[in-house]
Amino acid sequence: MAETTKAAPGRARRSPGSTSTRGTAGKGTPKPADNRASAVARRKADDEARVEYFRQMLLVRRFEERTAWAYTEAKIGGYCHLNLGEEATVVGLMAALRPTDYLFTNYREHGYAIAKGIEPRRVMAELYGRSTGVSKGWGGSMHMFDTEARLLGGYGIVGGQLPLATGAAMAVSYRGGDDVVMVQMGEGTAAIGAFHESLNIAALWNLPVVFVIINNGLGMGTTVEHSAAEPELYKRGAAYRMASARVDGTDVIAVRDAAREAVERAREESRPYLLECTSPRLRGHSVVDPAKYRSKEEKEALKAADPLAKAQLELQEAGLLTAEDVERLEAEVAEIVADAAGFADDSPHPEVSTLFDYTYATPVPNDLPRLPADPLFRV
Amino acid sequence: MATITYRQALRDTLRAEMLRDENVLLMGEEIGVFEGSYKITEGLLKEFGERRVRDTPIAEEGFVGAAIGAAMLGLRPVVELMTINFSLLALDQIVNHAAKIYGMFGGQNPVPMVIRTPGGGGQQLGATHSQNVELYYSFVPGLKVVAPSTPLEASALLKAAIRDDDPVLFLENLALYNTKGEVPDDIADVEPAEIGRAAVTREGTDITIIGYSRMAHVASEVAEKLAAEGVSAEVVDLRSLRPLDRETIVASVRKTGSAVVAEDDWLTYGIGAEIAATIQEGAFDWLDAPVRRVAMAEVPLPYSKPLEMAALPSADSLLTAVRETLRATGRTTLETVR
Repeated sequence: MAETTKAAPGRARRSPGSTSTRGTAGKGTPKPADNRASAVARRKADDEARVEYFRQMLLVRRFEERTAWAYTEAKIGGYCHLNLGEEATVVGLMAALRPTDYLFTNYREHGYAIAKGIEPRRVMAELYGRSTGVSKGWGGSMHMFDTEARLLGGYGIVGGQLPLATGAAMAVSYRGGDDVVMVQMGEGTAAIGAFHESLNIAALWNLPVVFVIINNGLGMGTTVEHSAAEPELYKRGAAYRMASARVDGTDVIAVRDAAREAVERAREESRPYLLECTSPRLRGHSVVDPAKYRSKEEKEALKAADPLAKAQLELQEAGLLTAEDVERLEAEVAEIVADAAGFADDSPHPEVSTLFDYTYATPVPNDLPRLPADPLFRV
Repeated sequence: MATITYRQALRDTLRAEMLRDENVLLMGEEIGVFEGSYKITEGLLKEFGERRVRDTPIAEEGFVGAAIGAAMLGLRPVVELMTINFSLLALDQIVNHAAKIYGMFGGQNPVPMVIRTPGGGGQQLGATHSQNVELYYSFVPGLKVVAPSTPLEASALLKAAIRDDDPVLFLENLALYNTKGEVPDDIADVEPAEIGRAAVTREGTDITIIGYSRMAHVASEVAEKLAAEGVSAEVVDLRSLRPLDRETIVASVRKTGSAVVAEDDWLTYGIGAEIAATIQEGAFDWLDAPVRRVAMAEVPLPYSKPLEMAALPSADSLLTAVRETLRATGRTTLETVR
């Protein structure tokens, strides 16, 4: 978690490696002299938004806790990775996107699906493998997709989503559109070839794509220092002459502002951006991981880094949120989560008769819709 | 009708499809300024510009993946991989992404893209540049794999592949690029083929020879030789490896009572293994002899010319296997082959 503390809260740390970054990185950012006054003004304008972000973060938190519970009840199968501890990052990033912007994620995406505007009940139904789920029960925890919300997939193969997002940005640019593509990944992804190939292509072709690394310091149990020769991952942008920044991922406003700058640059200048958000992973890698590789002290320190508790404290200290407000929001969120779980429970499993419905988009002769014991030919 | 090369048929078809549909674009290494390692994209950069004919860095995983992402937003990218050997660098994107995206997300997003790539040994290119690994892709539901053997088929199947909403691996062959065949004067008049259909390219009654791509030609050559000996061989050109047209294969073998598969890949677990299994299940009672397979020797292909030629299937090796199969049928009417 050392990386988390390196980033100054509320401020993005920019890559020194890219000269092209320097020239334009200040666009829309106050000069140092005005910093304090502007920050206050900005905070004030954000008051309402901050309460809404808190509500969304709370929703993601309670949704994921319910998910973990449902998993232990065996209502959810397969692998299951939670956004616990990443709520500020998730909500901050999504707040920077327009509804028409595209999002690609890795397999830790339940929170993103909700924050991108998908109904929590459809996300929970997917976790339950039901036909009412976002991916009709075909994807599960790792593979959420919704055309309308422009969530173009959670992907289970580390790094697999990066070339796809690059290509989606190529399509946007090919058609002269002004949508932006954001692609999220974990910090372990910075070690895979697809990371390098995608950043290189995106920069070469001036594509409107924002690469976001969620750096929680750990692969499954491998620390970032053990997997990355340059553990300050945002610095890799310099290798592609790509603007980049690191931000404290536990501060929702800081994340939103850093993401806005990245998205702006992609939209206005059609240039890619590399944004690193440092964020704690409150629990194990997946639901079944007890995280024995972490010390007791480390686990205690994690509690202090909890973005939700931090946000609540800040809002209460700023007088934007009362204890009653929190109680009301908790009740509101609890109802949404209970509704989602109830909806998922009541939803039907997909019919076995639909097993061959999605092999091909264009029907083709001699496709083989056979079940395991079916003969090839009826003689 | 005009007589043109397989290469020209591909080039003219790409051009015709680009003129027909603004969503069609080309991506690949050295396809623009260099006009393609095998000159399939000659002149296309000049005509269509960099937006639609994109030279990529040497990053198969990156640009094949980018083509998939672009296809998800409705473009119809046609990717050229310099040889099928290099497709292995993009295996994750092809198998885990292109083939999965439509089904894995419940049929929400088709992936209309084509990967064109040549296979083929016999050019003294050594072990890593002479493989025929189309099987890897033919194994995967969600992908379609086609392997045309003539200029006309190449044009018709390329059109079908580009207009299809699924990812299609389009297998070419180094040995076929300079072969010639008839096509309509205007390539735009070629009707798109139906992916998933094999063709009986020569009718016969004594034995079925099944091949695809280069081996479909070798099969025809062998059938011609046999005809001179009074043997009537039927030739099935698979054209589509996935889906596989099992009906056509089995109907032919039920008629002839024996079969030999000719394939350029390795024998063990190869395309021919699937065909032989299909025949035993669909035509068991019609078979007069075991199904034989003629395939590449089980070695990494050597550089040395004599070693390479010994390892590759040829008309001679196919003829030997066909004669032995005919003898094994024990049919007295086939005395000429004894």
